Amino acid sequence: MAEESHIKIVPAGKLGYSFRRHLRERFIEIFLFMSAVLSVAIMLAIIMMLMKESFVFFQHVSIWEFLTDTQWTPLFDDAHYGILPLVSGTVVSSLIALLVALPLGTIIAIYLSEFAPFTVREVAKPFLELLGGVPTVVYGYFALLFVTPLLQVIFPELPGFNLLSAGLVMGIMIIPYVSSMTEDAMRAVPMNLREGSYAMGATRFQTAIRVVMPAAFSGIAAAYILGISRAVGETMVVAIAAGMQPNLTWNPMEPAATITAYIVQVSLGDLPHGSIGYQTIFAAGLTLLLITLVFNIIGHVLRKRYREIY
Amino acid sequence: MENNSETKNEQRQFKSEVKNLNFYYGGFNALKNIDMVLHDKKITALIGPSGCGKSTFLRCFNRMHDLYPGNRYEGEIILHPDDVNILASNVDPIEVRMRISMVFQKPNPFPKSIYENVAYGLRVRGIKQRAILDERVEEALRNSALWDEVKDRLQHLAFNLSGGQQQRLCIARALATEPEILLFDEPTSALDPIATASIEELITDLKNKVTILIVTHNMQQAARVSDYTAYMYLGELIEFNVTDTIFIKPKNKQTEDYITGRFG
Amino acid sequence: MRNVNNLEEIRRIISLHKKWDLVFMVAGIFALMIAVMTFMALFAHMLIDGMPRLSWEFFTSFPSRKPESAGIFSAWVGTTLVMLVTAVAAVPLGIGSGVYLEEYAPRNLLTEIIEINVTNLAGVPSIIYGLLALGLFVYQLGFGQSILAAGLALALLILPVVIVATREAIRSIPVTIREGAYALGATKWQTVSDHLLPYSSAGILTGIIIGLARAIGETAPIITIGALTFIAFLPPSPIKNEFPYVSIEWLTAPFTVMPIQMFNWVSRPEEAFQLNAAAAGLVLVVMTLAMNGLAIYLRYRMRKNIKW
Repeated sequence: MAEESHIKIVPAGKLGYSFRRHLRERFIEIFLFMSAVLSVAIMLAIIMMLMKESFVFFQHVSIWEFLTDTQWTPLFDDAHYGILPLVSGTVVSSLIALLVALPLGTIIAIYLSEFAPFTVREVAKPFLELLGGVPTVVYGYFALLFVTPLLQVIFPELPGFNLLSAGLVMGIMIIPYVSSMTEDAMRAVPMNLREGSYAMGATRFQTAIRVVMPAAFSGIAAAYILGISRAVGETMVVAIAAGMQPNLTWNPMEPAATITAYIVQVSLGDLPHGSIGYQTIFAAGLTLLLITLVFNIIGHVLRKRYREIY
Repeated sequence: MENNSETKNEQRQFKSEVKNLNFYYGGFNALKNIDMVLHDKKITALIGPSGCGKSTFLRCFNRMHDLYPGNRYEGEIILHPDDVNILASNVDPIEVRMRISMVFQKPNPFPKSIYENVAYGLRVRGIKQRAILDERVEEALRNSALWDEVKDRLQHLAFNLSGGQQQRLCIARALATEPEILLFDEPTSALDPIATASIEELITDLKNKVTILIVTHNMQQAARVSDYTAYMYLGELIEFNVTDTIFIKPKNKQTEDYITGRFG
Repeated sequence: MRNVNNLEEIRRIISLHKKWDLVFMVAGIFALMIAVMTFMALFAHMLIDGMPRLSWEFFTSFPSRKPESAGIFSAWVGTTLVMLVTAVAAVPLGIGSGVYLEEYAPRNLLTEIIEINVTNLAGVPSIIYGLLALGLFVYQLGFGQSILAAGLALALLILPVVIVATREAIRSIPVTIREGAYALGATKWQTVSDHLLPYSSAGILTGIIIGLARAIGETAPIITIGALTFIAFLPPSPIKNEFPYVSIEWLTAPFTVMPIQMFNWVSRPEEAFQLNAAAAGLVLVVMTLAMNGLAIYLRYRMRKNIKW
């Protein structure tokens, strides 16, 4: 209606360049642009916020002490600020998780992409997706109250809080994440490569291992690396099932805190804003962000590469 | 060549006989009652308009249709000299593919080195001895007229070759396992004229070594390289004869129209 | 031809390799079974422990020191309100951002930075968003440990999910549709709002649902903004009977949400509270499964109906 009347206004011989229409278009474009730029602003805000509080923290604690001290007791009278115990807990729980998630996720991906009949795939993929949608706090509950008692049957001396059970459950939790990305990468391999292999008389397994996997290599590597990043950043399972006591150990049978679990532990207490305890969680968060950022960037570069090839 | 099979081969000039072949994509009857033969160590060309089923027919020979659900064969493709119907459900498609190789429309080298591409078929057969692999790879590359161009960079990635070289590499890959029949599915349609000429020359050279079935949309190509030509239309085999006969005095009006460009 | 004589050999090799095929098939099914069994165990365990606690009173009671009379009233109300804030903030921004990147953005450095940034944001651990919300919303902007702060934190968290879903849905529309609209004299925004957004709505909706399902279960960021401390003192219900229509007071009210309530109960040593945790977990899992299931169903229908 508005368009129609507008056309009539246009003088003959001059196609209308409507200022009003143009203004509206510009206005909308600016709004859209702003919302797109917001994501950059969020990232900057995250980095600045972590840096700001960490900066204050590092005025109290030297980076050297932070990186080399073997105790993390910021809330005690005899305060130590060594991140190593938190890193060891993170590394051990992540390693266990990856030992579960990477092999199983890869096998599931190969099976679904190259072996499974259509109907199995149609059922299994949504199921895995649902599995990935279960809240992490529920997995934490499961690790503490189901998996740990189960493991205690096998290892009677296993404490109620331990890295092993947290890591195992975390691994199961990450399986859908790894398998769906690995499968995507394998599916992106064009069919004519598979046909080339089958035409040589290769079996499914040979085709999958010798042709499809090498062809999807960068995509699979990306899936693994993003899986690592996910394991490192996972919070609730370890906070619930591994205990929250910083403990410099490489033994999965012991309780220990991860970087994330420590942040949860501090947040549960009532630390005043601006205290050194408050700042420690930002320093811990900065460490975590840097670790995951490195993995994420490598992962995305690899992912982009396989998308460009095919 | 072994004495036993030699006498058998002399008795038969056919490498393969197709008897009353029907093929279905789900409910769609894509190939209808096809009867044809492949002459041993000759080149047979399949021509016809797009969608006539020539590629579908070609892919029956190494059971590529088994890769996708809902496909069904009826009838027989007999492979001589052991007279086995390769479409029979008790025949393993993998075995068929080991005996009958295929070269595809678009070059599809694996993301591996040139050497490993050619050796792939051998590795699939479990051959691990380096000496045998080296020998067979070189032989196949020589037979596909690629050896001189790549002998210094066998470990380079195959993707770095030109389109024509990639296609010759795929031919070498198919040759390395010494197949009984070599299938070509429009092998030059993705290549430039110079590369096309070199592939055609190569195919002609190969005819003394192996039986060849080639699908082409290019009638000149069929006329240039093949000994026998089959014209297909809408899933049916309209005419099959010696190439010269097909091109000079086809018996069927449809064939003549297609050959002379009056088709459609 | 050595092949004919080799036939026996070929058959031997094939049968050997087929064994590997079989071994791998079994391994694949086994791996899938581990995932299936784990889920079954998880669900069964929660069902056995939690089912007896699930009653009308459980949904209409506040948390309590006595486990047998404790309920999730304030938790599910809180979850609903937080999700409302999250959706209101994340949906327009996510869609706007997706539309911009897919339809408006020029190919330049800034666009590339935004794109890389969106993928990176998706990989930032959720607890980091909690730290951002703690520093920025709770203290700097003075929202306190409120529904607003929590809702915005979760909105930032699911923003990349909505952006990616929007982009993929819009990208799948063929260029001919755009050209058709432009050829009739439509402006860019008219093309977007009359054609691209309606045609991609199912895909975008799927992304929104998946994002909200993820936000519902998120615990770490909400713990980080300090929401748990209030619950120890039995907080009042975030909404009162008199106001939901006019007052926006609830935005700044203290609150709890489902996963926090569950976490709280899990970390109690008394077994009776852990039964409550199981019951709360059951409700939570059913909620997220229903949402994810809806999203999967929508996508399935979309794939079936629309064939560009």
